[in-house]
Amino acid sequence: MAQRIDVKDLNVYYGSFKAVEDVSMSIEPRTVTAFIGPSGCGKSTFLRTLNRMHEVIAGGRVEGTVALNGRDLYSKDIDPVAVRRTVGMVFQRPNPFPTMSIFDNVAAGLRLNGVKTKAVLAEAVERSLKGANLWNEVKDRLDKPGAGLSGGQQQRLCIARAIAVEPQVLLMDEPCSALDPISTLAIEDLIDEIKQQYTIVIVTHNMQQAARVSDRTAFFNLAATGKPGRLIEMGDTAKIFSNPTEKATEDYISGRFG
Amino acid sequence: MSTVTSSTEPGAMPNVAAGLSGLSRGRSVTNSVMTVVVYAAFLLALVPLAWILWTVLSRGYTLLLDQNWWLTSQRGITPRRVGGGAYHAILGTLVQAAVCALIAVPIAVFTAIYLVEYGRGKLARAVSFMVDILTGIPSIVAALFIYAVWVTTFGLQRVGFAVSLALVMLMIPVVVRSTEEMLKLVPNELREASYALGVPKWKTIARIVIPTALSGIITGVLLGLARVMGETAPLLILGPYSASINTSLVDGPMAALPTMIKDNFGQALQPATDRLWASALTLILLVLLLNGAGRVVARFSAVR
Repeated sequence: MAQRIDVKDLNVYYGSFKAVEDVSMSIEPRTVTAFIGPSGCGKSTFLRTLNRMHEVIAGGRVEGTVALNGRDLYSKDIDPVAVRRTVGMVFQRPNPFPTMSIFDNVAAGLRLNGVKTKAVLAEAVERSLKGANLWNEVKDRLDKPGAGLSGGQQQRLCIARAIAVEPQVLLMDEPCSALDPISTLAIEDLIDEIKQQYTIVIVTHNMQQAARVSDRTAFFNLAATGKPGRLIEMGDTAKIFSNPTEKATEDYISGRFG
Repeated sequence: MSTVTSSTEPGAMPNVAAGLSGLSRGRSVTNSVMTVVVYAAFLLALVPLAWILWTVLSRGYTLLLDQNWWLTSQRGITPRRVGGGAYHAILGTLVQAAVCALIAVPIAVFTAIYLVEYGRGKLARAVSFMVDILTGIPSIVAALFIYAVWVTTFGLQRVGFAVSLALVMLMIPVVVRSTEEMLKLVPNELREASYALGVPKWKTIARIVIPTALSGIITGVLLGLARVMGETAPLLILGPYSASINTSLVDGPMAALPTMIKDNFGQALQPATDRLWASALTLILLVLLLNGAGRVVARFSAVR
């Protein structure tokens, strides 16, 4: 079910402002790819183009191709809604639906896409919550509001909600930046487990985290404020963190700037 | 931490470490004066409210204790005679308000959804501007407009439904604005979370955004309704008073509480005066009831 992503010559715009320039990369199935780089370098913006969430923002548009198993996500006959069913996303701040219970939150994606059978929903909720390492903590209070959980639990709930619709790719936009170290560890363990099944792309500001969880790392940077962000270097995480090709990458990971 | 060596603040006491000082005399005096001014202003604003409530309550409550007030009409009762009730007027007010809400709420809620979720560019600005204008229309102008359409153009009777139409014009802008505010309060992250699950935009609005904002929307509707129920100008223009019970919105005159008050006004006879205060109190109670219901809904179905 995991699939590969090939990005070719991608430019990303907000209106007339070019935020990301000329990115080409390949993301392998069943791997964790980390995007690192200073704030404003466009890594989150680029991540959001991988499931067409970028165009939700007024004026957001792209040039170039993003291919999922060879199929261009931006070709005219592709429905962005279908893309987002295939490529799921977890956000920076936990955002469970406040009107819904824990069960309903996880079931939301399936229910809103027309699944009504109770048994199917219950099975999917249990599987997803187990997959997100949350089942044991919440199995006795599935009917309680999702917003009543702790921050770390809420984020795992959001991961459960995202994997309940069985996407092929899971995008994570700084999923741990609002969490404490214990919850962060829980999420990182989780990423390690679910990469058996999914292609995972994670944006992080925490370089230790990138080194811990990812197989491949991409470093983004921008020449100056107001200039578009660019992909500087991408490679195996071990190589990027020990022996990067570019000087800018070495300066960034050794803490000389950013 | 290094010690702060100098303090240039006027009135600061010397010999206090690190620039910390007690409350200066000037500030504590200002504080006391302002406290008195604020409380005085608050009490002053409360005076007319308390006065009105007391006057209406003390003069009107006796008739309300009689169950006939709630069950009978004024049919066949002259200003000179004691008796009868306000059932016909309560019924008229409630029916007209309900029909008004039935028409106004869908229009207003969909307009607000358009403005918040879809509206971009010129059309949205134009709609928003129109809503602003509608907010500023005096109720008598709205009533005259409906009169011009309903009576002059179509040659129809002055009936309850025409009153409801005029009230619709007054209720729409109130509900649009309150619904708009509530929809704007729904965090964008929830919309994005829903999109990221592959849920189409319309379904995101119907199943995520509206339920999240629902209690606020209902509160806005109830407050808007409470406001229109006391409107008198549309009744004066479009809703002639009748002392009898009339359940039809499209046939014959239909009483309402404001017109019942007016009907009893200017009659120098005690029974009529008593009825005037009693119907005023009834109207206040109805409006208060709706206001209270709005607040209860807001409190008990509020998200988080």
